Amino acid sequence: MSDVALELASITRSFGRTVALQSASLSARRGTVHALLGENGAGKTTLMRIAFGMLRPDAGTVMVNGVIKSFTSPGAAIANGIAMVHQHFTLVPAMTVTENVALGGHGRFDPRQSRNDLVALAKRTGFAVDPDARVEELPAGAQQRVEILKALSHDPRVLILDEPTAILTPVEAHDLLNRARELVNDGGTAILITHRLRDALQFADDITVLRRGATVWTGSANAATEDALVSAMLGDEHVPAGSLTDGVGRRSRADDSKTVMELRNAGVRDALGVERLSAVSLEVRAGEIVGIAAVEGNGQHELLRLLAGRIAPTSGMVNLPSSVGFIPEDRQRDALIQDMSLRDNVALAGAGVRQGMVDWTAIGSRTRALLKDYDVRARDENVRISTLSGGNQQKLVVGREIEWSHVALVAENPSRGLDIQAAAAVRTRITDARNSGAAVVIYSSDIDEIISLADRVIVVYAGRVSECVNDYESVGRAMLGVTTT
Amino acid sequence: MAFLVDMLVHATPLMIAGLAVAIAFRAGIWNIGADGQFIAGATAAAWIGVSASTSIGWLALPLALLAGAIAGGIWAAIAAWLRSRFGVLEVISTIMLNFIATYGASYLVRGPLQEPTHVFPQTSSIVDGAHMPLLIAGTRLHWGFVLALLLAIVAWWVMKYSASGFRIRASGMSPFAARSAGLINVPRVTSGAFIVSGAIAGIAGAIEVCGVTFALYENISPGYGYTAIAVALLAGLNPLGVIGTGILFGALETAASTMQRSAGIPATTASVIEAIVILAVIGIAQFRSRRSVSAT
Repeated sequence: MSDVALELASITRSFGRTVALQSASLSARRGTVHALLGENGAGKTTLMRIAFGMLRPDAGTVMVNGVIKSFTSPGAAIANGIAMVHQHFTLVPAMTVTENVALGGHGRFDPRQSRNDLVALAKRTGFAVDPDARVEELPAGAQQRVEILKALSHDPRVLILDEPTAILTPVEAHDLLNRARELVNDGGTAILITHRLRDALQFADDITVLRRGATVWTGSANAATEDALVSAMLGDEHVPAGSLTDGVGRRSRADDSKTVMELRNAGVRDALGVERLSAVSLEVRAGEIVGIAAVEGNGQHELLRLLAGRIAPTSGMVNLPSSVGFIPEDRQRDALIQDMSLRDNVALAGAGVRQGMVDWTAIGSRTRALLKDYDVRARDENVRISTLSGGNQQKLVVGREIEWSHVALVAENPSRGLDIQAAAAVRTRITDARNSGAAVVIYSSDIDEIISLADRVIVVYAGRVSECVNDYESVGRAMLGVTTT
Repeated sequence: MAFLVDMLVHATPLMIAGLAVAIAFRAGIWNIGADGQFIAGATAAAWIGVSASTSIGWLALPLALLAGAIAGGIWAAIAAWLRSRFGVLEVISTIMLNFIATYGASYLVRGPLQEPTHVFPQTSSIVDGAHMPLLIAGTRLHWGFVLALLLAIVAWWVMKYSASGFRIRASGMSPFAARSAGLINVPRVTSGAFIVSGAIAGIAGAIEVCGVTFALYENISPGYGYTAIAVALLAGLNPLGVIGTGILFGALETAASTMQRSAGIPATTASVIEAIVILAVIGIAQFRSRRSVSAT
């Protein structure tokens, strides 16, 4: 019998025209923790979904204990001793812990037997839970333990954990990873998807790094250094910073200008009570662009909404101007009403505080001005916004938000999904707003975009912010939690 | 002539209750409880109408209408509160409140509000001052019909031109964008629209008591609040359209009873036609939206 528990060889998989995986390979040895690293969109989750039978590969082979398998469903993977804990919870909130764990079982549901089994499993593995608690009443850390127990209840030989620490506090995360280590001591295998370098180096035996769907580094954790992993994850051939915004130019006159947006020890907890942002202090001045860099799920979502005045802090203080323009990531859902006309969508800005009557004549001419000034291609202001292309919709949003506030703008991935011309136009408008004195905050999942636009860069990592030197290498490292440069 | 009058008398409660439904639906609130709010309004108006002193004269009428609006508003506010406080779906709670209103009114007309002889399950007649004046003398057509037209025009104007009307439309079409881009307090706006919707349905009940029945009966509403949903949907939730569809459904129901009397055609035929109309409208709307989706 081979000592490789799970082998994924030359896996290729496309979604439409997007190639998610290109000949990616991973080989997880028995009795080890194997870390799978990579940036957002590198293909980590896709690869593991293929191993778990949720997706089928276009090419390549999946081998369990040296035998080629072709899983058609997660059930088939489970039957072959593979279990997966997903990044997002898959629990039924209204059911008890016991019921949730029993959900994956077969045959008759015997509440007492299921409860006894669960208690025994929890004792054996050290994941303490109250078997009778309703899942919705549990904090996030406990829900995560339930997810893991659910996976372990099938007695898997290979346990895949997709970003298991993303929503946990550092102490909980540490505890969880220690338990994962213990699991492999009796011959099991754990595969840990993460983008936290330190977790990988500290807890894994082997590491595989994916970049743009391909395996670019694999080896033992002892042989790995932070430097080697960072350059494997980020690659060397990134676009030079200047080329994205030719002629935009950077300026730094912000030091003496007045503070427009200010956070002082601001913290945000989500509905489950998990701290998403802790004691953040940040000042954004007139005439500067502050770039926010972060790996998904580190609290940048909350930070941007805090700065835009769209959510209130659960602790600390926020000082904002009366109106802050906000370009949210999901513009189709959060910035526009698809069934309304262009004019009505323009009227949306400030609708919450408008008194009396709506001056439709004024808003109509304001809309026509926006169409002209921001180069929005539309027949007139009365057509439905849904008839416009994504780029034109976004140009209207950018124009509306800038013209509404003039003093402050928060943009979240403003050029994502746009073609090159529209993206360039959006970037130019944002720098124009800065040049005419607005305080601008921009988040982008594209590091190059942040570096080329921002006057200074703030990195959010695990709910905390830190100022960062504005170059690709430093930002990339700080995003992964590597503090020494 | 008699048919026209009957049709408009029938159309009046349908138009007003249809407006109530249209406003709630526009806000994204599925108020199925116009019937209960109608009955609550009718009950309050009857109570004022019966107990008002004759010395206040015609003042009894506005008082009765106001009481109807308040009672309908409160009836809707119960469901609005359950929704915002506990997340209870308004579809469920308003249907339940319909039953409570129906049987509550039944109890009242057999108990505390029953006419003095305790023979008939109804209240005494309301005072003359609470009667809605007639629009055409010698017929049953009363000023409530004109009130319904005015209400429709006002509702149309508010939805189209006022800041609050825009907030209601935005909240109903996309609560996410309303909150994020419009900084609209969506729960407050939708709860407000819900209560206003209930108040309008309550006025419909009050007008029925003050203009047609002059007392509270059991089954004062033959399902007006449910037909109102069809009236509102067929009008495309447009308050001006409700005038037309309200009259159409008024005609259907009047014609049904005429046909039954003179030709022996069951009155339920009208219900069948109503249902076919609704199905056709929903079907066409679905077909259109599918086509526009596939066209993009």
